[in-house]
Amino acid sequence: MKRRPFPWHLVVFLAPAVIIYTLFMTYPLLGSLALSLQNKPAAGPETFVGLHNYHTLFTAPEWSKPFWNAFWNNVKFFVIHMLVQNPVGLLLAALLVTRIRGAWLYRTIIFTPTILSVVIIGFAWKLILNPAWGISQGILDAVGLGNLNQPWLGLESTALSTLSLISVWQNIGIPMMLFLAALIRIPDELIEAARVDGAGAWTIFWRIQFPLILPTVGIVAVLTFVGNFNAFDLIYATQGALAGPNFASDILGTFFFRTFFGYQLQPGDPYMGATVAGVMLLIILSGVLVYLFAWQRRLQDIQF
Amino acid sequence: MFKSRWPQIMGIHAALMAYSILALFPVLLVVLNAFKDKLAIFSAPYALPNAQTFTLEGFRTLAATANFPAYFLNSFLVTAGSLLLIILVSSMAAFAIAEYPFRLNTLIALYLSIGIMVPIRLGTIGILQLAVKLDLVNTLWILILVYTAQGIPLAVFVLTSFMRQLPKDLKDAARIDGASEYRIYWLTLPLVRPAIGSVLAISMIPIWNDLWFPLILAPGESTKTIVLGASVFLGQFVNDYNAVLAALTLAIVPAVVLYLIFSQQLIKGITAGAVK
Repeated sequence: MKRRPFPWHLVVFLAPAVIIYTLFMTYPLLGSLALSLQNKPAAGPETFVGLHNYHTLFTAPEWSKPFWNAFWNNVKFFVIHMLVQNPVGLLLAALLVTRIRGAWLYRTIIFTPTILSVVIIGFAWKLILNPAWGISQGILDAVGLGNLNQPWLGLESTALSTLSLISVWQNIGIPMMLFLAALIRIPDELIEAARVDGAGAWTIFWRIQFPLILPTVGIVAVLTFVGNFNAFDLIYATQGALAGPNFASDILGTFFFRTFFGYQLQPGDPYMGATVAGVMLLIILSGVLVYLFAWQRRLQDIQF
Repeated sequence: MFKSRWPQIMGIHAALMAYSILALFPVLLVVLNAFKDKLAIFSAPYALPNAQTFTLEGFRTLAATANFPAYFLNSFLVTAGSLLLIILVSSMAAFAIAEYPFRLNTLIALYLSIGIMVPIRLGTIGILQLAVKLDLVNTLWILILVYTAQGIPLAVFVLTSFMRQLPKDLKDAARIDGASEYRIYWLTLPLVRPAIGSVLAISMIPIWNDLWFPLILAPGESTKTIVLGASVFLGQFVNDYNAVLAALTLAIVPAVVLYLIFSQQLIKGITAGAVK
């Protein structure tokens, strides 16, 4: 067989994307990981210290305490999204897929908060929940729950849950759309057949629709996981870099930001910052791997 | 015959309407109160602005103090530049991956798709060091390049699956006519226009709304994006409710306008991205 000329056009087509992606994503990510294995004494050059920074992060009290605080807060942040955002998103999608009149309008309205910047969202909710403006007071009084009114964002006990719910409110459009897309794809005949057999909406949902959209449930769960363990903007925009009150709303993203840039009296530390990023990467990758191996394999058993 | 579905339908409407109110209420509250004087904001937050309470004071404060038009232009340049680059380089890569079966093909597709799950933010320290080395800190270019890198994985993924569906005959006919591979790529672009629209719509929102990278890579006054500018402004004018609400209203408008234009594409895009 004749040797074909080198396929230069392949290089031309692939090079720009691969170069930009490698230079601004892979290389910095690996560089950051490499940095987490180094340190620089007060005087002298950068030295390789192995996993020492990770050891410091997990054991030195001045690091481990804020780290575990941020980690557990992040877990709560994620759990609230999984318990509220995704089920409510699924419920909204299930209601929308009934081809009710005006479904398009409802869908558009419910997705609106998702397209707005967190700066807008954060401040709007801060104003609403602000005891001085008393908007929430007015609403709670109107429904007879006036005594529930508190400075939700200002109390250590409620700040994190309140912020999680604001984030849920903003992002609910994404699971809703993904679930809706999956539900629409289910053939009408299946549902009609069940209805003829006398199945009610509840039975149809749990016996037919839900099992068929399980792959989407998995995708939504892993997207929520990656998004939540990488979150930063909303907390920073509403509570500032210190994730107040008293770090009650600190999550890994804000902890990473403070470690890297420093705040108040603590100077920024690129080595420990890179270490925090390394741990976050590990957490996110383990979530993705659980999804790929456990969830995907389970689905292969179910699918027909 | 089925029993009447009326009560059920009314129930669904009630639930959806209730949630729609919850979704729109904070946004409407901000916009309404931006046009009212301070007294009315506090005493009657739910009232529509009327002849007595209507004021543009907040917008005047905004015009006098903040550099919003410049921030807006920065956001626009960064978003448009990134989207253009994302579409160009991703469609080229997607074309090669979909069109030519070669050994590295699957590997490159896999390599690029890792980025869908690994957030680029975790490489921030490396990106900042690189930006310093390349002298790109406080330029719009660094934001454009980082957002392009961030957008490539999903764009390649969506565009590849669309390009795979294009009929072979069309391209072979062009080849017989002597068209070069570059020309064939160019001819396929209009055929995947819906996919390009979807990629544009999904990529646009996170770029326009991002706070993290502008804060770290381009916090200078001349390169501030609208989101960063608004956040700094809100921090300074935290007690001037008129100005704060006016700033928020101005920031809401472009997003909503873009959303109304692209909403159909966005929905198709999310759907396409969800297909596995």
